[in-house]
Amino acid sequence: MSEFPSKANVVVIGAGIVGSCLVGHLSRLGWEDIVLIDKGPLPNPGGSTGHASNFIFPVDHNKEMALLGVQSANQYRDLDRSVDSGGIEVARTQERMNELDRRMTSAKAWGVEAEMLTPAEVKELVPFINEEVIMGGFHCPTVSVVDSLDTGTLFRNEAMDKGVLQVFANTEVDDVETVDAPNGQQKVSAVVTNRGRIEANHVVVACGVWSNRVANMAGATIPLVPAVHQMADVGPMDILAETNNEIGYPIVRDMDTFCYERQSSGSMEVGSYGHRAILHHPDDIPSNEEAALTPTEMPFTQEDFDPQMETAIELMDFLGDAEIKYAINGLLSLTPDAMPCLGETVEVNNLWSAAAVWVKEGPGMAQVVAEWMTYGYPRVIDPHVSDIARFYPDERNEEHIWARADEHFIKTYGIVHPAEQWVSRRNLKVSPYYSRQEALDAMFFQARVWERAQWYNSNADLVERYGLSEREVEWDNRWWSPITIGEHLNMRENAGLFDLTPFQVFEISGPGACDFAEYLAVNKVCKGVGTSAYTPWLNHDGGFHSDLTMMQTGEDTVRIVTGAFDGGRDEYWIKKHLPADESVTFTNMTESVTTLGLWGPNAPAILGSLTDADVSYEGSPYGSVINIEVAGIPVTLFRVSYVGDTGWEIYTSWDNGPALWDALMEAGSDHGLRPTGMGVYAVSGRIEKGYRLMGAELESEYNPVEAGLARPKVKAADFIGKEAYLAAREAGDPEVHMVTLIVDDNTDSQGRKRYMQGGNEPILTADGERITDSHGRVSRVTTAGYSPSLEKMLIMGYVPAEMAAPGTQMKVMYMNELFPCTVVGTGSAFDPENTRLKG
Amino acid sequence: MRILALVKRVPAPGARINITADEQYVDDKNLGHAISPHEECGVEAAVQLIEQHGGEATVMSMGADVSEEQLRAAVSVGMAKMVLVPTDGTPKDPQETAAALTAAIQQLEAEEGAFDLIIFGNESADQGGFQVGIRIAHALGRPMVNGIKGLDVDGASDGHILANREIDSGVEVYELPMPACVGVKEGINLPRYPTMKGRLASKKAELATVEAAGEAGGQAQVKLLSPPEVVNETVILGNGPDAAPAIVDLLEELGVM
Repeated sequence: MSEFPSKANVVVIGAGIVGSCLVGHLSRLGWEDIVLIDKGPLPNPGGSTGHASNFIFPVDHNKEMALLGVQSANQYRDLDRSVDSGGIEVARTQERMNELDRRMTSAKAWGVEAEMLTPAEVKELVPFINEEVIMGGFHCPTVSVVDSLDTGTLFRNEAMDKGVLQVFANTEVDDVETVDAPNGQQKVSAVVTNRGRIEANHVVVACGVWSNRVANMAGATIPLVPAVHQMADVGPMDILAETNNEIGYPIVRDMDTFCYERQSSGSMEVGSYGHRAILHHPDDIPSNEEAALTPTEMPFTQEDFDPQMETAIELMDFLGDAEIKYAINGLLSLTPDAMPCLGETVEVNNLWSAAAVWVKEGPGMAQVVAEWMTYGYPRVIDPHVSDIARFYPDERNEEHIWARADEHFIKTYGIVHPAEQWVSRRNLKVSPYYSRQEALDAMFFQARVWERAQWYNSNADLVERYGLSEREVEWDNRWWSPITIGEHLNMRENAGLFDLTPFQVFEISGPGACDFAEYLAVNKVCKGVGTSAYTPWLNHDGGFHSDLTMMQTGEDTVRIVTGAFDGGRDEYWIKKHLPADESVTFTNMTESVTTLGLWGPNAPAILGSLTDADVSYEGSPYGSVINIEVAGIPVTLFRVSYVGDTGWEIYTSWDNGPALWDALMEAGSDHGLRPTGMGVYAVSGRIEKGYRLMGAELESEYNPVEAGLARPKVKAADFIGKEAYLAAREAGDPEVHMVTLIVDDNTDSQGRKRYMQGGNEPILTADGERITDSHGRVSRVTTAGYSPSLEKMLIMGYVPAEMAAPGTQMKVMYMNELFPCTVVGTGSAFDPENTRLKG
Repeated sequence: MRILALVKRVPAPGARINITADEQYVDDKNLGHAISPHEECGVEAAVQLIEQHGGEATVMSMGADVSEEQLRAAVSVGMAKMVLVPTDGTPKDPQETAAALTAAIQQLEAEEGAFDLIIFGNESADQGGFQVGIRIAHALGRPMVNGIKGLDVDGASDGHILANREIDSGVEVYELPMPACVGVKEGINLPRYPTMKGRLASKKAELATVEAAGEAGGQAQVKLLSPPEVVNETVILGNGPDAAPAIVDLLEELGVM
């Protein structure tokens, strides 16, 4: 073995599937001088990769997980370390059958071959199954079994053969050092190991269950916790041995018992996600020497597995008579929201996380991180749900990580509604109106750490007033209330008061603030004090990074307002790009500023009754930012609308918030003002207007031209992504357009009205064909919502230019059924002339 | 036949053994637990004899409540009954252990009749005193052979059992009149793994408890020490075909070539 180096360009910590694939991808992207270290031996260093069940089900409702799963499966195939075994998810309940219909829908969206099977058809493929306990199956022939350890070796070898990688096994990390960087930041500088200290420009933490501990050495956090997944290998069984290969029968996922049965040569691996959540502190994981097997193959706790055995035998009787030859409490990584941790850590520059990634997404996610390091942002997919910057500080502590992992472990094979709310760790951040909202019996949804009133049960009378009713199918009705429709209609008729405190409010100030603001934003920001810009922020490739509002509040001060789901990512992005000359100061003002929204035809009358200032449309035109007093309270008034009715975002200090709320509610009592929830703000009000949302319509895979957000002119100032943006504009008509579609008839085959959830349901041709563009981007529902004004379901999505014309007939799939829909166009389905905004 | 097999709960072997700070216990925080390996073979031997000749096998363990895990593991591979002789979990010396177990066996036999055969492990995997079985056999007045790697009832005289012991020059064959005691060693058989159904059945089995105690003898534990770590130096002879000459040299040096 070569001498341990004292310097490297990149040090990757962890030689499991992720670290090994990462060094391979870095080498493909031209990186040199890479050092990979692991505390264990090779090829199996003893982390989660070594005991993984190694199968890939390529269907997931989440786009990032689904597409990177397919990507990863293909990378394994390219290396010939993969066998298509096929796989079947079986249902024991009607609820699960409905979920399998939903799986069929996602399979259609991602272009994965799939079919529903009757119990008898399942039996044909899996002759040892007891078809009497199942109602049906979801069969996916491209489910594959991979050799993750060998794949890791091949990726490492590829980089070593190029002469750009050195690998050191049995090398323990003792410390990760940092140095001061501009703007009070820290930058990674060296990794200290038991073999010596190695200076590095970049350090990647890819050490699975140990990742947070290693990141902590540098003062960074990678919020994950080691958790047990139990697995037992039982056998031998003749019928399995007779296939004479690693796997000859499809993998069976017994979804309702949270178990899988996967052939492994002559035996069957029975894996469980049905036991209690068993979480470990990384310090409690034994060393390689102290572990009887490997560190992450912990002693089996039999009593946790016993209930799983009973249900497994029910499904496959022969399991009962086979010997349990090997059984482990295998460790894997869980994060607070069940998604991976990818990207640069927010605390330390050039310290990267490639963690909480399972074998099924390993090669694809390694590619994501390699591209991120190379191009400043991934190209293969928009990573916002995996971006480690998404976590707020309150989501990074052990209490939160453990509580959330404890809550979601059982949902690994669960049926999770798109709007499903967390039970644990609520009320982490509440607005100054929380007690008032509680008194109004608000239904709170949590936006990361922020509680937001989704609707107010005190508005239940509106249901009767507008003749509304519950939805027919429980799934569509879940996490929903007709009250939200009542609140919408009341806003359109009178006015609604919205609590927008969870807005993340930042301020950049200093002599370089305006230049910096221009550098971040596509649209011109500093047009004078009191002006604003609604603008995308792009990455270097010209795709969306953010979509937000910016206000010039002073000569050298710009306020940035973004959504509760994006605050972490946007704060990271700003800090990452702060000028090195320290001419700009960043301040997070979220918890000192509170925001109320007042919208509806009666909004001007309500506000006007509380102020002497001119709040007419002329006095406060669209986009203007003025400082006035309302009911004697100093506020910043920003005329804007995300709901399609006239009104303002009203900013005031946290302390003044409750008095402002009370004054507005009192003044509004004669004008039909109602507290109105996020169901209107984020869904029905927005979709009637076709307003785009970051993370839904707007992702890095799309640009402003395609999204319909390109302005007639481009500002002179340079900004991130400008070159790509100009190129996209010059290319002429984009290949796809973001459009709104109206669902012509949402009646299903059983005569029930159905309501799409906005969960990536595929948008199809009139003939029901899947649509992709030349980049492989699929037409799918980015947002779905009921339009109370039009009394129809609306959906949004990108469709090819030739289908974007108003009136184009298309289909949308929901729960494995097709529904006819018609393109409205790139603009608003409701009030397309925006007459209501000018009141 | 009526057979009794005695088992002890020990930390699962296979990993580096750490000693607790007070030097009194094996630190088992990272370790699972198992039946001491020789005794696991004793359980298998009991199960096989019952399968061949009929009767009933009972497994007994002395230890803390957690020893129930090992008793149920024995039931899951075919033992019919299980008996725990509870202790506070502190280490007992061999005399105390033997005295308590003798009393427990006598109590059990008074209720249910004598065991034809009592099977011990040759020695426990943790303390390795090599004497509990012999002390019990002596106290019960029964013949005992240790180091057994074969048992045979069919070939023995009526009421006897043949027990084989490997020695350097061959095999010693003993014929013991039953009731008898044997101490078996790993290699006598290959213990079966439990089946899922066996495991589930073991969960439903009833755990009997026999309270019994004995006087401590003179072999008190002072402290546990880890043996000095053995460091094996590895020399890489080369990569690929380049390594061939070095391998030839080595084989010559070892006298293989």
